[in-house]
Amino acid sequence: MVSAKMDKSPADLLASPGLASLLKSLKLKTKQQELLIRVSILCLVYVLAFITRLFSVLRYESMIHEFDPYFNYRVTQYLTQKGFYEFWNWFDSESWYPLGRIIGGTLYPGLMVTAALIYWILRFLRFAVHIREVCVLTAPFFASNTTLVAYFFGKELWDSGAGLVAAALIAICPGYISRSVAGSYDNEGVAIFALLLTFYLFVKAVNTGSLAWALASAFGYFYMVSAWGGYVFIINLIPLYVLVLLITGRYSMRLYVAYNSMYVLGMLLAMQIRFVGFQHVQSGEHMAAMGVFFLMQVFYFLDWVKYLLNDPKKFHTFLRITVTSAVGLGVIALGVGTASGYISPWTGRFYSLLDPTYAKDHIPIIASVSEHQPTAWSSFMFDFHILLLLFPAGLYFCFKRLSDATIFIVMYGLTSMYFAGVMVRLILVATPAVCLISAIAVSATIKNLTQLVRAKSKPSPVGPGKGTSSTKASSKGSPDQSMPFQKNGAIALLLGVFYLLTRYAVHCTWVTSEAYSSPSIVLAARGAHGNRVIFDDYREAYFWLRQNTPPDAKVMSWWDYGYQITAMGNRTVIVDNNTWNNTHIATVGRAMSSYEDEAYEIMRSLDVDYVLVVFGGVTGYSSDDINKFLWMVRIGGGVFPVIKEPDYLVNGEYRVDKGAAPKMLNCLMYKLSYYRFGELTTEYGKPPGYDRARGVEIGNKDIKLEHLEEAFTTSNWIIRIYKVKPQIIGGDQLTLSLALRDYTCYGSAEFMA
Amino acid sequence: MLRKLLWILLISFPLFAILCASFSEENPTDRRVLVLLDDFAIKSSHSLYFKSLESRGFDLDFKLAGDPKLALQRYGQYLYDAAILFCPTVERFGGSIHVASLLDFVDSGHDLIIAADASGSELIRDIAVECGVDFDEDPAAFVIDHTSYAVSETEGDHTLIASDDLIQSEVILGSKKIEAPVLFKGIGHSINPANNLVLKVLSASPAAYSANPNSKLSSPPTLTGSAISLVSVVQARNNARVLISGSLSMFSNWFFRSGVQKAGSTTKYEKCGNEQFLTELSKWVFHERGHLKAVNVRHHKVGEVDEPSIYRIKDDLDYSVEVYEWSGTSWEPYVADDLQVQFYMMSPYVLKTLSTDHKGRYYTSFKVPDVYGVFQFKVEYQRLGYTSLSLSKQIPVRPFRHNEYERFIPAAYPYYGASFSMVMFDIGFRE
Repeated sequence: MVSAKMDKSPADLLASPGLASLLKSLKLKTKQQELLIRVSILCLVYVLAFITRLFSVLRYESMIHEFDPYFNYRVTQYLTQKGFYEFWNWFDSESWYPLGRIIGGTLYPGLMVTAALIYWILRFLRFAVHIREVCVLTAPFFASNTTLVAYFFGKELWDSGAGLVAAALIAICPGYISRSVAGSYDNEGVAIFALLLTFYLFVKAVNTGSLAWALASAFGYFYMVSAWGGYVFIINLIPLYVLVLLITGRYSMRLYVAYNSMYVLGMLLAMQIRFVGFQHVQSGEHMAAMGVFFLMQVFYFLDWVKYLLNDPKKFHTFLRITVTSAVGLGVIALGVGTASGYISPWTGRFYSLLDPTYAKDHIPIIASVSEHQPTAWSSFMFDFHILLLLFPAGLYFCFKRLSDATIFIVMYGLTSMYFAGVMVRLILVATPAVCLISAIAVSATIKNLTQLVRAKSKPSPVGPGKGTSSTKASSKGSPDQSMPFQKNGAIALLLGVFYLLTRYAVHCTWVTSEAYSSPSIVLAARGAHGNRVIFDDYREAYFWLRQNTPPDAKVMSWWDYGYQITAMGNRTVIVDNNTWNNTHIATVGRAMSSYEDEAYEIMRSLDVDYVLVVFGGVTGYSSDDINKFLWMVRIGGGVFPVIKEPDYLVNGEYRVDKGAAPKMLNCLMYKLSYYRFGELTTEYGKPPGYDRARGVEIGNKDIKLEHLEEAFTTSNWIIRIYKVKPQIIGGDQLTLSLALRDYTCYGSAEFMA
Repeated sequence: MLRKLLWILLISFPLFAILCASFSEENPTDRRVLVLLDDFAIKSSHSLYFKSLESRGFDLDFKLAGDPKLALQRYGQYLYDAAILFCPTVERFGGSIHVASLLDFVDSGHDLIIAADASGSELIRDIAVECGVDFDEDPAAFVIDHTSYAVSETEGDHTLIASDDLIQSEVILGSKKIEAPVLFKGIGHSINPANNLVLKVLSASPAAYSANPNSKLSSPPTLTGSAISLVSVVQARNNARVLISGSLSMFSNWFFRSGVQKAGSTTKYEKCGNEQFLTELSKWVFHERGHLKAVNVRHHKVGEVDEPSIYRIKDDLDYSVEVYEWSGTSWEPYVADDLQVQFYMMSPYVLKTLSTDHKGRYYTSFKVPDVYGVFQFKVEYQRLGYTSLSLSKQIPVRPFRHNEYERFIPAAYPYYGASFSMVMFDIGFRE
């Protein structure tokens, strides 16, 4: 095979000359040499993908990062302690008080079950590991596995050289690392592996027409469904791909077998996940797959009729009638299903994916999350680096050699790039496609250039590579093959490619170590002398909650911190990061943006004992509750129109200093954040009460709390916990003076009226 | 054997200690009472009232209001269970007592009797305001009533009024009806209708008004008619009780002994109602009457005994609670037919009236609603004169487990049939 011979060239170039001489001394055959190099490169890439994700463990410690991973960790702990059935039926009364949450039915269990399986296997092999270590290292482990899948996928798409490059690229691509560093124990960690595996197996099935590969791809899909809500991407991309193949006249029996068996089996398997349930037949987001499934049957039927009729004219009439009636039937079925409510309409999340402005206008809770914001150009550059330039080149190569497989990767690349532009977090989904397509570009370029280099050393040019190399050369603007400096030009270009790849590796390592290895629950900053200062306030506060509050205490905070409070503080929360009940979150938002006595009524109705706010005014930590506050107002105002955003703004400007809106200066969030802050000097040469996160002196320094009292403030003031004053033990036992203060308040109101 | 004995001893010691402690805590009636006086003459001029208290077992500690050694608490422990303020003219308490400390005293569940008087001090008014009662702002004002004044030898200025407009509550005023009108001479106060913690016990007649009797009325009086309260009580949400009277003299021996004839009425009583009224009222204020307690809240599934940690939706459960009333000496079963329990999550999902066995036990059973979440068993019982009962007990309710649903649904039989027939045909028609 040509490709096998060509594979050697990039591999050879990557290996050192010492290795080559060693291989020579071992006197292996070329094929064996090539295999050995390929396997050892893969092994190195496998290890590299794992160790490059360990920065956070070395910098900080083996700990779970961010917000959602804490929930996953808590659930995994529960799973390993109580077993699968208890986990499956777990009703958690500690979150979403007083509604509670059926954990087993509202999560994607893939990640937890995977981690638990690894844990159980390790225990069975007598490795006494802690479940936390397993959870911390699950994402890097799966990232390593993803490199293997990328290799096989690249091999299937182009050749094994492209596969090797793809594996190497994806191993260190920042877009993927951002979600899979050690400690980032989130669904995406395993889901990208599952996503790529499903795609690879499906492409393999389409290429071979084998039932076995289609079956494997259905199981890959099942794993993906069990792991991440992003499976909707698969169930829409694959039908779209099939549709494109049908339209371009690439319908084949291979495609029929691959798609039908994958869809039917995958759907049946996916229904076994409680959270997904009957969505495959009832939700509008999954209808495309079903429509394409029926279309495939129509195609098959038409093929058969065509074979029977054997008359183009008759067949054309038949075709027109069949297609019209089939499409008409489908539309009617969809219309009836939607009208009767059997098929649920598209969800807001789906809309916001298709239309980037949708969330901003309709669903503030989606728009409020920073990772749901539209992507900036800089973050594309940051996450892809040279891949951003190689991606179009790769697309060019794919179009040059169109096949079922390359059509798939082109479609995957283009759609996922669009979604990556809509939402920052979806860069993750685009990463494998970008890596694969870029790998094709790199591999093809290098192969062409090396051929050029070698061809010149021989008297006659190499046949098969000639065509592509000349196109390549002309596209790169290098002299024509008849020109004398062709060899030198090729060498220069090769050097250029290696320089770029080196820069890429340097950039990736730098990004990983600087940007993506921060656990965000422990903050680090540079001190005045260049030393590292650690702010461990979050864990300090959660530990305080765990040790100093009654076990059934209810803690109210903005939903971002819900998972952490339940997982680390072991206390009941009102809302958490599983934002399933918008009204409940809006109630909390309303409490935070009301005056203290109105907020007190809301907190009493929710039996709140403690209120937790995050405050960065002392440390200059900018993602605190005051900066998130406008979202609380918006989300609260979305459900309770008494909360109006303009009340908190001055001329459309959000400020906390003396010029701030009076409602802003007296709402609960402001009071809790800045309570006693006016007495504190934060920076030399600034007046007391100087907020370092916003760079202003606060407007209300004399804050008096009536119904709450400060319970705990962490050493750097990042977390402040307040106790709701009359401790409601066994009922609303309000004390006298409080009762009378209520009364005087009413009295004055009446007096004013 | 010896070990067994030792065990019993070991267990019974703490048990005994707990029992002892609980019995003393279980007695809600006050024992130690601080009496603050303007001068010790009041001790003898009001001795009948004090004697009736002492005869009921109260330990009265008389102090001058300006005594520099006054203290309500020592080392964080309250020295008294209740306080009587018979010092309407005091401008400043001695020692460590001030308005805030008195309110803290009430906030921590202790009782208070306040007697103001015409020309009363700002201090007493401040305390009254904190309790939700506003005295007439004119310090020289008296409650004047030209229709239901007490007939006396001299015509007078009709500031000594005879009122029989009492609150209709056996719990507060005792079961024996107070026949004779109550004599009152002092300042009136008003209570805000929005405050439902304060009750008018003795009201003025519709013809009464509050003004300075020695000066001519230049403007309409601010307080008029039955809006004027002469004696009020407050029961705070922590069940502390406060009595506020606009007259100190109504507690005096002279008033206790005097007869009364209401103007316009021919019946002349040998003895006015003051003694009975104030004595019965003090019994209520000091928790000798109208004090309820709820104990032994139990709930479990029907047919079981142990309390579960979680219920499932549609479970049948039994709920029971025991309610007792303090009779002054012992706990007696409380009998009523209007005690209700709520199964509550943000709003009551179940509201049931409890049945009683007349021995203090209230019980009911109901089905858990088809809603999961964290529920509470709530008993909110507020009746005039009684301490309010407010119990809540949290219990989560979970949905069905995966294997608790119906196993074979009739609607699914066609599908079972389809799959089995498919298998059969596949096997049957295979070549």
